[in-house]
This record gives sequence, structure tokens and C-alpha cells, in this order.
Amino acid sequence: MTSFASTLSDTRVMFRRNLKHQLRYPSVTVMLVGLPIVFLLLFVYVFGGQLGAGLGPHQGRHDYLDYLVPGILLITLASVVQGTAIMVAMDMTGGIIDRFRTMAIARSSVLTGHVLGSLLQTLLAIAVLIGVAFGLGYRSSAGPLRWLAALGILALAGFALIWLAVALGLAAKSVETASNTPMFLILLPFLGSGFVPTATMPSGLRQFAEYQPFTPVADTVRGLLTGAAVGDHAIVAAVWCVGTAAGSYLWSVRLYDRRRAVQPR
Amino acid sequence: MSRAGTLAVSASGLRKSFGARLVLDGLDLEVAEGTIFALLGPNGAGKTTIIRILSTLITADAGKIRVAGRDVVTDADGVRAVIGVTGQFSAVDNLLTGAENLQMMTDLRHLGRRAGARRVAELLEQFELADAANQRLSTYSGGMRRRLDLAMTLVSRPQVIFLDEPTTGLDPPSRLTMWQIVRDLAAAGVTILLTTQYLDEADQLADRIAVLDQGHIVAEGTPAELKDRIPGGHFRLHFADGDLLRSATSLLPGAAADQDQLVLQVPADGSVDSLRQLLDTLHHARIAVERLTIHTPDLDDVFLAVTGSHAAGERDRDATTQGAAPR
Repeated sequence: MTSFASTLSDTRVMFRRNLKHQLRYPSVTVMLVGLPIVFLLLFVYVFGGQLGAGLGPHQGRHDYLDYLVPGILLITLASVVQGTAIMVAMDMTGGIIDRFRTMAIARSSVLTGHVLGSLLQTLLAIAVLIGVAFGLGYRSSAGPLRWLAALGILALAGFALIWLAVALGLAAKSVETASNTPMFLILLPFLGSGFVPTATMPSGLRQFAEYQPFTPVADTVRGLLTGAAVGDHAIVAAVWCVGTAAGSYLWSVRLYDRRRAVQPR
Repeated sequence: MSRAGTLAVSASGLRKSFGARLVLDGLDLEVAEGTIFALLGPNGAGKTTIIRILSTLITADAGKIRVAGRDVVTDADGVRAVIGVTGQFSAVDNLLTGAENLQMMTDLRHLGRRAGARRVAELLEQFELADAANQRLSTYSGGMRRRLDLAMTLVSRPQVIFLDEPTTGLDPPSRLTMWQIVRDLAAAGVTILLTTQYLDEADQLADRIAVLDQGHIVAEGTPAELKDRIPGGHFRLHFADGDLLRSATSLLPGAAADQDQLVLQVPADGSVDSLRQLLDTLHHARIAVERLTIHTPDLDDVFLAVTGSHAAGERDRDATTQGAAPR
């Protein structure tokens, strides 16, 4: 077997393992997808009337739903990757990782398996959330191409966040730590254009909100789905995603390798 | 090359420290092909570190190490292809079933679908896990889990197997099962390097034993050789009172009396004749003995002799005459 073919085969095995884990622990997936659904309902039915009125004259709950969806989709990404960090940390604190390391298998396959599994989970979660949003009356004027582009940028952002979560999971000394460190990711869409326009924020916070990575992603998705001009938001979003993914990937590989030198427990 | 051909494991000048703590201090190790070699030592002696280095999990600071003729640093993947490792902590996937765990191994060893399925069935049968094959590991007992762990290691029929404390935490029946598995593997020509802190385990299983203490090998040889290095065994006679003890002491040359415990220690080679002679002498002098125990030299004595301290879990090693069963 060539080294490429065996890498592919090993990655497939690890991917399948990750999917089985997800199926065996459905409560985790339900919890991870449940959180953004609760947020969606909360923001539409509790805050939606008031926030919608704030968007402009003759605006209401339904207009706020249209505004909200991209923000909720980012919350969905941030929520799902909590599970990634936990899964990775569980692997690293268990004995099986040492078994993998003493076998002649593609070194990257363990982490790649997690990433692919999480990516699939992310896409499913996004689909569920969009379904729920449609159920609540969300409508988009975007054609198939714009939808595809929106999903593409969400998948890219998901990919970046997953690698970040992998690194956080590797860096965590325990599974408990790993379940806490990625929490800040859920907060970030709030401190950006996810839920309210950044222009309404006080200065200081507004500058942060405008320049943090979730904002261009939210703006790009919102622009694509509402049919508005996307401008250079898409480029900024893509640069953030690729940069985060690359940085997190390098950090992960370093953490994964360094564990070799760690003292036996 | 002439020697390396017959050595499954050879390490020289092995050195490793974690931060300021020196764990292995210039250690040499040679394990002949097809033999069982035991690394014996208390916790913290460096046993696990040796296994982790030999199995390519960590790298040594210094030393030349070859496993199955391959260098662990320059040909790590070559080594990984021919070794199997079962560590101290169970290396199984708890969310999968037994069969799925094994299948994952056959997939990762690239056995192919059909050959893989056959091997899985074979191992489930051999390790008496067929009934539990499709159950999740949460339902497995400690012994079953350890058997699965070893079965996963054996998927690719490794030439050299490293077992880090294979029976720690197992109940006595599971322990005996594990011993039998190890013996069967060796009989099939596999080289086994195991670590243990149980002296009788090394004695029972190993062709050669290295006693490890604080990163050094302090003694090495066959179990018999190691036992020959220390004075022979003795009988221990327990008396009801000090008078009987004193009379017996005067009768038996070379005996050492313990007045507090009312015990007399009589050096002996452990033969039936010497026992009969001892009992005759006491009988004729009408000295009543409460209890007699026979102490044969064991590895604890070796450990005591070579390191000056007892191994982990200092225990009473005496076997009583009534039930001289091995523990």
C-alpha cells in the first residue's frame, strides 16, 4: 500500500471511529445542537419584538428573525466545536492514543478523523438550525448560488473553529478543562454583529465588535442570504478563517508531537 | 550483525531524564528472540519508561536501541510494524464494542476486509470474548478488558510484544489466564518483554529477569541464577514459650532465635531429608513445636540482597507447611 493510500485508509478508520462515538453518545449531539435552538427561540420570541422594532420603522419580530439567523448559525458552529474539544481531550487522556502511537499508522489520521467527524456534525447542525428557522417563518430571497456560498463560508468558519477546538482539546490537561476553554467562542458572536448591529454599541466595544473575526463572517452570510451586497466582508472573513485554521493546525500538530516527551503518568 | 540477528531487543547506554529527574542511567538490555524477559522493580524504578522508549512512544536522551534489528529512532515505523504494546492503562475504545475495537485494529494494520474479519473472529474465540463481542466495553469486566487489550495488540501477529504490568489490578483467576496467554505466545515463538512488580510473576513466566532499581539494572539472570546468588532457605519454628525455644536453639547448630516472637530460624536446603532430620531431632528431645513454616529463597530475597531494600509491598513470603500453594 502506498503511503498516500494508507494515510487515506487510516483517516477513514479514524473518521468512522469518530462517527461511531457521535452515534453512541447522542445526548452530546442533542445538547450541542439544542443550545443554538434555545437561543433562536429565546431571541425570536422573548427579545425579538423589541429588538426588531430597533432595526427601523415598521420593523418587527420577523425582520429580527431575518437579521438573527446568521448570528445563530455562528453560535451553532461555536456550540458544536465544544464537543470536538471534549472528544479530543477524552482521546488524549485515555490509553488508546498510546496504542495508536505505537502502530505504523498515518500520524495525522487521529486528528484528521476528529476534524472530519466534527465537520460532518457541524453541517448537520447547520441544516437543523436552518430548518428550525424556516419553521419559525424565516425566508430568504437568495438563490441557490448564494445559499451555496453562504454554506461554504459557514463550513470554512466551522473548519477553522474545529481546528481551534482540536488545539484547545490537546492543550487541556483534563476533559473538564477541555469542556470549559472553548466556551468563549459562544460569547463572541454576541460581541459582534451576530445579534445587533455593531453601530448601536458604545465605542470601545464597537471597535472590538467590528474587528473581531465573527463579525465579517456574520456580515458575509447575512449579505448573501438577504441579497445585499457582501463587499469585502467575504475576503476578510475568508482570511480570518484560513488564518485561524492554519494557526490552529500548526499549534495542534505541535501539541500532538510534544506529548511524546511527556512523563509517563 | 551476527549477534543482532538473534536479539529481539538490544539497548545500550540507555539514558533518560524528565527535567532534573534522571530516570534511566546508562542502562544495557538484551533480549534473545523467542524468550520471555521480565523487568522487575518497584514503582518508579523506570520500567514503564523503558517500555515507552522501546515501543517508540518517547525517545531516549542517549543510547543505541534496536528492536527486531531495527533502530527505534531512524526506523520508528519499521519497529512499529513488528511490535505490539499493551500498556499499563487499558488502550481500548470504551465507546466501541469488543468486535469493533478489534476490527479497527485490523483496518489500521491494513489486513483487508476478509482477512481482517477472519482475524477478529479468531481472536474473539482465542480470548474467550466471542459471547461479548457485540457488547460495549462498559459491560466488560477488568479481566475481559485486559484480554481485549492484548487481543488488539496481537492483531498483526507482532514479533516482539511489550507488556507493561500485564496483570496489575486483575483478580487471581484472570491473572492465571493472562499468564497462560503469555506462555502460549512465547511457545509460538514471540519474544515478550514484560514488566512487573510481582516477584512471583517474573519467577513464573520469565526465562530471564532483570531487577531494576532507580534506573539501574542491579541484577540479571535466570530466576534460578538469581536465587543462587543468595543464601539458601530456612525452616521457621514457632514455639509456645521461651524455654522450648532455648532448648531447641541449643540442639540445632546455626539456628537463629528470635526471643520476642518465639521463632527459631534454622538454615536448610529445603530438602525432605533435612526436614525429616529436623523433626526427628526435635521429637527425640521432646520439644513441642507449635507451627513450622518453610521458607525457600524467592525474588524478594534477591531484591533485598541486591538493593538493600524490599520491593514494593513488603509481604510475608513464607509458605506454611499445610498449604504451600503459590500465592
